[in-house]
Amino acid sequence: MKKTLLTASLAVTGLLALGTQAQAATLDDVIDAGELRCGVSNGLPGFSQPDSDGNWTGIDVDTCRAVAAAVLGDSDAVQFIPLTAAERFTALQSGEIDVLSRNTTWTTTRDSSLGLNFTGTNYYDGQGFLVKTALGVESAYDLDGAAVCTQAGTTTELNLADFFRANDMDYEAVVFDTSEASAQGFDNNRCDILTSDTSQLAALRTQLSNPEGAEILPEIISKEPLGPVVRQGDDEWFNVVKWVLFGQINAEEYGVTSANVSDMLDSGDPNVQRILGTDGNMGEILGLDDDFMVAVLEQVGNYGEMFERNVGPDTPLGLQRGTNALWTDGGILYAPPFR
Amino acid sequence: MAAHQPAPDQPAPVSERGVIGWLRENLFSSWFNGLITLVTLYFIASLLIPLIDWALIKAVFSGEGPESCTPGGACWVFVQERLGFFIYGTYPDPLLWRPNLVFLLFAIAVVPQFLPISGGLRKWLAIYGVTLFPVAAYFLLAGGSFGLESVPTTRWGGLLLTLVLAYVGIIAALPIGVVLALGRRSEMPIIRGICVIFIEFWRAVPLITILFMASVMLPLFLPPGVTFDKLMRALVGITLFQAAYMAEVVRGGLQAIPKGQYEAAEALGLGYWRRMRLIILPQALKIVIPGIANTVISLFKDTTLVLIIGLFDLLGAVKSTLSDPAWDNVMAEGYLFVAFCFWVFCFGMSRYSHRLEKQLETGHRN
Repeated sequence: MKKTLLTASLAVTGLLALGTQAQAATLDDVIDAGELRCGVSNGLPGFSQPDSDGNWTGIDVDTCRAVAAAVLGDSDAVQFIPLTAAERFTALQSGEIDVLSRNTTWTTTRDSSLGLNFTGTNYYDGQGFLVKTALGVESAYDLDGAAVCTQAGTTTELNLADFFRANDMDYEAVVFDTSEASAQGFDNNRCDILTSDTSQLAALRTQLSNPEGAEILPEIISKEPLGPVVRQGDDEWFNVVKWVLFGQINAEEYGVTSANVSDMLDSGDPNVQRILGTDGNMGEILGLDDDFMVAVLEQVGNYGEMFERNVGPDTPLGLQRGTNALWTDGGILYAPPFR
Repeated sequence: MAAHQPAPDQPAPVSERGVIGWLRENLFSSWFNGLITLVTLYFIASLLIPLIDWALIKAVFSGEGPESCTPGGACWVFVQERLGFFIYGTYPDPLLWRPNLVFLLFAIAVVPQFLPISGGLRKWLAIYGVTLFPVAAYFLLAGGSFGLESVPTTRWGGLLLTLVLAYVGIIAALPIGVVLALGRRSEMPIIRGICVIFIEFWRAVPLITILFMASVMLPLFLPPGVTFDKLMRALVGITLFQAAYMAEVVRGGLQAIPKGQYEAAEALGLGYWRRMRLIILPQALKIVIPGIANTVISLFKDTTLVLIIGLFDLLGAVKSTLSDPAWDNVMAEGYLFVAFCFWVFCFGMSRYSHRLEKQLETGHRN
């Protein structure tokens, strides 16, 4: 029943989205308003969370700030709109927001039937397991018969079922309402393992009474490429959001950071020149200023800086680059060239 | 002849008076009651002592950042550092004087209602509270006119947003509810029909569904580019929902008025509205004060449901910060703070309704 309802509402949403496809140019709207409206999560450590002064921080937040810097020249010209998981796509379709940057997994259904376009991936996530070290488990394949704490109504639950069924193992699901509650349950020994996206496990681990006593298993059981989303049918805006992120990744690859961007303006490397707009007209063909990446890099930084600042090893989340390292460093971040 | 002087009365035996007497009479009047008292005391002590120890004695009240907290006690530093966010949400810092002024104007309307001042002044303050104050508060908070910088409602949050939701809900739902209740008892079939359908529809749908529809489905039915403010949608939803409940409470009062009152009012030659305004409603509303207080308090608590549509009310603001990895587990502190704030406001409303009941008491109670 629930599934039929969901399918039906998705179909309705999709139909309505088709009707609203031919919308006016978002880029012009944003420039006119002087402000980018960005949909973010309502409180997810490392991705989007208000800090003690009430300012939004996180990698999803910085992704929006970068777009604002590119389009408006000011990374603070963003209005952040916290959205729940259920209302995020509607908010985008109805024009309430210009970009959705809310740890949204890129999937076929979302990309094709919802009238949305994913512009890229700003974090490659995957579902993993957190276990107590005292249990002595070293691999997810040793988890037969385990009690698993998980969050209700998420793809996490489905991935978990898939994984255990595929490997012919039994498990007992202990379902909680929110991720914090599931972490609390794990802490109080209601279950042996806690499952969620690894970035979330890292955040939840810090909340345990003894963080040292728990570790994340190496196995990743699902692919969760998270990235910004825009409305389908506005290719100009789609290109802008896409190339700001590509620009940040390329900047890291060629060693341009927020600290050295002003020196790099004199660089003789044609790759750097094209990124910074000292050569070629990359900005112009995107509908922006040629030096749009200078503002992005000065105010937000390259991809690596964005990562280190929000989720990297020196933050409470303490995540390694891993899959999210550049392709030259053994990761899978590979941005098409500025040319 | 010396008059007989009776000896002065002996004080009652020590076991029958003072604290001991009270204890004997109320807590230890038989061995069974004594046993129950001891067992209850044991349970209370075993619950309260660790709680007080955690929340007050071992707790850290001031300090800098997560490092100043100790493992065994509550970490109120967390609440203290986030207090600005909990109260104002992401309202721009340089403009905080505006919500502060609104809080002050609110206090001017509300606080004197609990003080022993003259009834006339109290009445005027109450009238100011439902007329001038909401208008002033709107212009102050939203800005955009009188040279004030405009602040989008997405930046309103925390306690400020909770109070906005509750206040607008309360002062809009009561008049709508009264009109609906009168309409439901009207002799005009169309009006009665409309009111019955309205009330039964809104009462039969959960508030969470209304909020969800207003925030997720409604925008899809509007032409592209047309969006209503999210807060506005939530406010309309909450108001209509509570108006339906209020209508039924008021209808209870209308039905409790003896038929003679209606007939007497008619015999005086008064028109319908004057009959209602001068004779029926003052009596009916007085009877249902407890019911109205109930509805209002539940409305206040229901405002937390806006969490599911991504508005940062007090609970939402606290919840969004609980997962902050910089802090150890601060769930208990955060939720206790929310509970405390809600208790203060709900208890205040409850006391106010009691006071109103006493003030309007005219001796008709049997």
